[in-house]
Amino acid sequence: MAAAMIEATGLRKHFGETVALDGVDLTVARGQILGLLGPNGAGKTTAVRVLTTLSQPDAGSARVAGFDVVSESAEVRRRIGVTGQSATLDELLTGRQNLTMVAELSRLSKIDARTRAAELLDRFDLVDASDRVLKGYSGGMRRRLDLAASLVTNPPVLFLDEPTTGLDPTSRNRMWDVIRELVGEGATLLLTTQYLEEADQLADRIVVVDHGRVIAEGTSLELKSAIGGAQLEVTLSRPSGAALTALGPLVSGEIQVSADGLRLRAPVRSGGGLATEVVRALDAVGIDVDDVELQRPSLDDVFFSLTGQPADPATGDPTGDPILEGADQ
Amino acid sequence: MTASVLDLPTVVPAPETTVDRVRTWWRDVVVLTRRNLIHVSREPMQLSDVTIQPVLFTVLFIYVFGAAMSIPGGGSYKDFALGGLLVMNLTTSSVGTAVGLSNDLVTGVIDRFRSLPMSRTTVLVGRAMSDLLAAVVCAFMVGVTGLLVGWRPTSSLLSVAAGFGVALLFGFAMAWINACIGLRTTDSESAQAMAFLFIFPLAFVSSVFAPTQQMPSFVRFLANWNPVSAVAGATRTLFGNPNPQAAVPVWPCQHPVEAALIWSVAILAVCIPLAARSFRARTTD
Repeated sequence: MAAAMIEATGLRKHFGETVALDGVDLTVARGQILGLLGPNGAGKTTAVRVLTTLSQPDAGSARVAGFDVVSESAEVRRRIGVTGQSATLDELLTGRQNLTMVAELSRLSKIDARTRAAELLDRFDLVDASDRVLKGYSGGMRRRLDLAASLVTNPPVLFLDEPTTGLDPTSRNRMWDVIRELVGEGATLLLTTQYLEEADQLADRIVVVDHGRVIAEGTSLELKSAIGGAQLEVTLSRPSGAALTALGPLVSGEIQVSADGLRLRAPVRSGGGLATEVVRALDAVGIDVDDVELQRPSLDDVFFSLTGQPADPATGDPTGDPILEGADQ
Repeated sequence: MTASVLDLPTVVPAPETTVDRVRTWWRDVVVLTRRNLIHVSREPMQLSDVTIQPVLFTVLFIYVFGAAMSIPGGGSYKDFALGGLLVMNLTTSSVGTAVGLSNDLVTGVIDRFRSLPMSRTTVLVGRAMSDLLAAVVCAFMVGVTGLLVGWRPTSSLLSVAAGFGVALLFGFAMAWINACIGLRTTDSESAQAMAFLFIFPLAFVSSVFAPTQQMPSFVRFLANWNPVSAVAGATRTLFGNPNPQAAVPVWPCQHPVEAALIWSVAILAVCIPLAARSFRARTTD
C-alpha cells in the first residue's frame, strides 16, 4: 500500500459551544480520492481548514504529505492546493490577473507565472473570460478559476471543499470531468461534498461524517453492502414452481412472485458472484432465465440508515438542492 | 498534469538563505501592492481622498480661515497654512488603510493567501506600501494646489523635499495606527468610524490651522504636544515658511523636525509589531 498522503488522528475543534470536530480520523493514500460526505454543519469544512493549516486543531494531530499541519505548516503549504467553499479569489482582478498573482506568490518567476496562467485558463475553458473582472463571472466560471488557482504549482495533494455546491447540472458535470482528469494524473485528493451522487461518482473511498464524527467509512460498494438490503429480481421465461426451491438457499427472505409467475423478487445479502450463482442454480434445474437484476441500495439509503435523516430530497440527483442551504459552520 | 510548457515543481521550493528569504518576502509585498493598485484603477473614486479632497481642503481652508487670520510675527496665512494642511491631509487620508485592511480581511481571498507558501504579514505590508503611494499622490496634490493659490516656499529645493519627506514619514506612521484600528474592527464601516473618531481630534487639536498661543490652556497643552503640530512645525521650518510655534517654550515646538522624526519612529516601532500581532490573531482560528 502506498504511503498515506493525508493522515489525521483524533482531530478535535470547537468554536465556542459548537463542537465542529469531535475526534476525526482520516487516511488518504497517495493517488487516492477520498470523499468526505456529510450534511451541512457536519464538520467537513473545519476538517479541510485544519488539514490545510488555516485552522489549528484543539486536539489531535494531522500530517499532510508527511508534514505536521501545526508544527510544519509552511512545509505543508508548499505541497497543497486548496479550493475553498467560498470563492477565494480577488473580485476586482481579472481571471488572468488572479492566476498570475497566485502563481507569483507561489514562487514562479514573472514569465513562468504568466505562461502558467495562460495554460490554466485554456485548460479550464476560461480564455474568453480571461481579461474580464471576476465580478462578471458566473458561479461555474468562478469555481473553475478557483480550482485552476489551486493547481498553479501542480501540487501533490489537493483539497476541494464542496467544489460543485450551487452549480447547475452542466457546470457540475464539467467540474466532475475536470476532477476525474486530475486524479488520472496522480494527485491525491480530498473532496468534501453534500451530494451522495458526487461521492459515489468520484471517490475511491468515502468517509461519512455527521456532528463532527466519522460515522462510516469504506468504498461506495462497501458502504452499500454494510447496510445489506440488496434486492434480487429474476425474470423467468416460463412460470416455474421449481424456481422457488432453487433460489431458496441464495436469498435471505421470502420470495415474492408476480401475478403472471414470471418475476421473482427477494432480499439478498450483497456479495460477489451472486448473479452467477442464481443463474447456475436455475440452469441446474432446467429453468430458462430472461433477466437477473441485483439492485444495491443507493448511498441515500446508506445515509438514511446511518444518520436517521434523509440525505438529499432529490435522491442523490445532482440537480437537487443540498441538504441545507448555506455555508458549512 | 497534461503537457505543460513549464517544468513545474510539485513542491514549491523554500527560500534557503536569509537574502533569499528577504528577496521573496519583498517580491510578495510588490505583488500585493500591485494588486491594491489594480483595485484603485478599477474604482478610481477610491482615490478621491488623496486627489479631490486635498485640493478642496487646501483651497477651502486657505480662503475661509485665511481671510480672518493674522500670523503672530507676520507673514502670509497661505505660507503658514500649507505645511499644516499637508500634514492634515496626510493624516485624514491615512484612514484609507483602516478601511482597506478591514476589507481585505473579510474577503475570501485572504484564505487563498493563507494557504499559499508566503508570509502572511506581506498582506499587511502590501497594504501599507500602496497607501504610502497614495500618500505621495496626496502630498503632490496639496503642493501643487498650494503653489497655484500662492504658497511660496523660501528654502532650498532639498529642504522643501525634506519637508515633504518628513510629512510622508508621519503619514506612513499614521497608516500603521490605522492598520491597528482596521484589524480590531469587524467591518470597513466601523473601521472608518473608529478611525475618524481618533484621527479628527488628532488633526484638529493642533497647530495646523492656527498657532496654539491663543488656545485655552488645556487645549493648548494638548496641541503643543500633539505629533501633528510637531510635523506641521517641521514642514513649515523646512519650507522656510513662518512658524510662530517656535516661540512656544515647549521642546517639540522649538525642535519640530527632531520631534516629528521621534514621533514617527516611535509610532512605527509600536504599531508595526502590534499590527503584525493583531493580523496573525485575526487570521488564525
